[in-house]
Amino acid sequence: MSGWAAGPAEAVFREEWGRLLATLVRWVGDFDLAEEVAADAVAAAVERWPVDGVPDRPGAWLLTTARRRAVDILRRRQTYAAKLAVLKVEAERDEVARLAAPAEGAGPDVIGDDRLRLFFTCCHPALSAEARIALTLRYLAGLSTAQVARAFLVPEGTMAQRLVRAKQKIAAAGIPYRVPSATELPGRLPAVLSVVYVVFTEAYAASNGPALVRPELADEAIRLARILHRLLPAEAEVTGLLALLLLVDARREARVDANGDLVLLEDQDRSRWDAAEIAEGRTLLLAALRHRPPGAYALQAAIAAVHDEAPSAAETDWAQIVGLYDVLRATAPSPIVELNRAVAIAMAHGPAAGLALVDELAAGEVLDRFHPLHAARGRLLDRLGRPVEAAAAYRRAIELCGNEAERAFLLRCLAAAEARAAG
Amino acid sequence: MQYLLLIYGEPRTEAPPQDQLEAEMAEWFAYTEDVRKAGVYVDGNALEPVNTATTVRLKGGERVVTDGPFAETREVLGGYYLIDVPDLDSALDWAARCPGAKYGSMEIRPITVFDQG
Repeated sequence: MSGWAAGPAEAVFREEWGRLLATLVRWVGDFDLAEEVAADAVAAAVERWPVDGVPDRPGAWLLTTARRRAVDILRRRQTYAAKLAVLKVEAERDEVARLAAPAEGAGPDVIGDDRLRLFFTCCHPALSAEARIALTLRYLAGLSTAQVARAFLVPEGTMAQRLVRAKQKIAAAGIPYRVPSATELPGRLPAVLSVVYVVFTEAYAASNGPALVRPELADEAIRLARILHRLLPAEAEVTGLLALLLLVDARREARVDANGDLVLLEDQDRSRWDAAEIAEGRTLLLAALRHRPPGAYALQAAIAAVHDEAPSAAETDWAQIVGLYDVLRATAPSPIVELNRAVAIAMAHGPAAGLALVDELAAGEVLDRFHPLHAARGRLLDRLGRPVEAAAAYRRAIELCGNEAERAFLLRCLAAAEARAAG
Repeated sequence: MQYLLLIYGEPRTEAPPQDQLEAEMAEWFAYTEDVRKAGVYVDGNALEPVNTATTVRLKGGERVVTDGPFAETREVLGGYYLIDVPDLDSALDWAARCPGAKYGSMEIRPITVFDQG
């Protein structure tokens, strides 16, 4: 994904952007001003660094530059609020000096922790789900407004407006800029994790558009999960979420063939799975599972790990997967968990047992417009040698599916079922 | 910051038994007491039932008075508290503790501060 700054310094900027912005928001108490001076500091760096060389502490350099700029701007504003803000930012000069001085053992993370506040502000329950995702990608992942718009396939103007409205609500409604207390954390953390999870699932099952997987979006989700894990290493569900993303993402390369077509899990070339990602995911999973009872993300990660560990599709431990779904449906009941469990039961106990459960779900209204249900039904009917009904299920799935690569796959399934029905 | 906590609920179709009414009133008094003791209370009132509402508009300079609230909704405004707290999270905490959150919904609206320059 191309950043807003080109050249070798880009990696530094991408890494520093969220930190820089998070600290500036705390100082100036204003998203727009923080963003403006952060962008100015980056522009100055793009100009200076190629000439002067990249400073030893790029983060502190950016922060100092941005702070000076903020003071200039605030001084020109003749309001009482701005005068107070100047005093506050001036008082931070010592903090910057401390950061800029080469302290013993101080790593690059020395400025790090304002990002946690930023996460909780961007993912505050008083904001709409869409606004939370947009704010997190813009301010924590450091994507440009155009990139966030592309990620969600909306026009850039629409996304710009969404961000403006969200920032207005933060300011006008007094959404605080702070990390929730230990007692509040269990209530507030799920909203933050959910944003990262939704970004990842959108990357993997793009609800619309041509591509099956959007790797840049998956990378952003993993990056966000890594930041959260570094900031909250003791939170088991944060660890579980990062494990889940890695264990699923490990199959990215094998999920699409040379033509860009979908390859089902059972047909994937397992040698193309990313062994390093699986190993890292498993280590994290073991840590997450030490927490009892295991959370919903850890359980989903455990299911992903069972798939990842199977040397072939036929050797998958389906009984264990069904067992994990049984725990998951008790922990976090949802119709989608029921559907996945039904598919696992079909693998463990035969297609007839799975179909009975899927039919039950199909009879309810909740999943009627969920195309994976009809696709799963089609596959089970196929396996039971009922191609006419399978074809009808595939047709319904195709009707509901908005992703072009997935549609193409379903059309191939439909053609095969129709051929069997005719033969 | 000042926040208006608007208390919405479905109007009662019949009066509850006396002991239930007394128990509910006690909850409201206790809550008001808590808000005052915490030093965040600015104002607060219960409103007469929605069937006492009157709406007025000027149309072409003419005063048009109609019976009823400006919009018919299932849950109606029944009262409010005006509180002064540091941020939305504190306002949410106070709203969630209000008996109105249990019997209906609480809407939280920040009070506009006009910048005098």
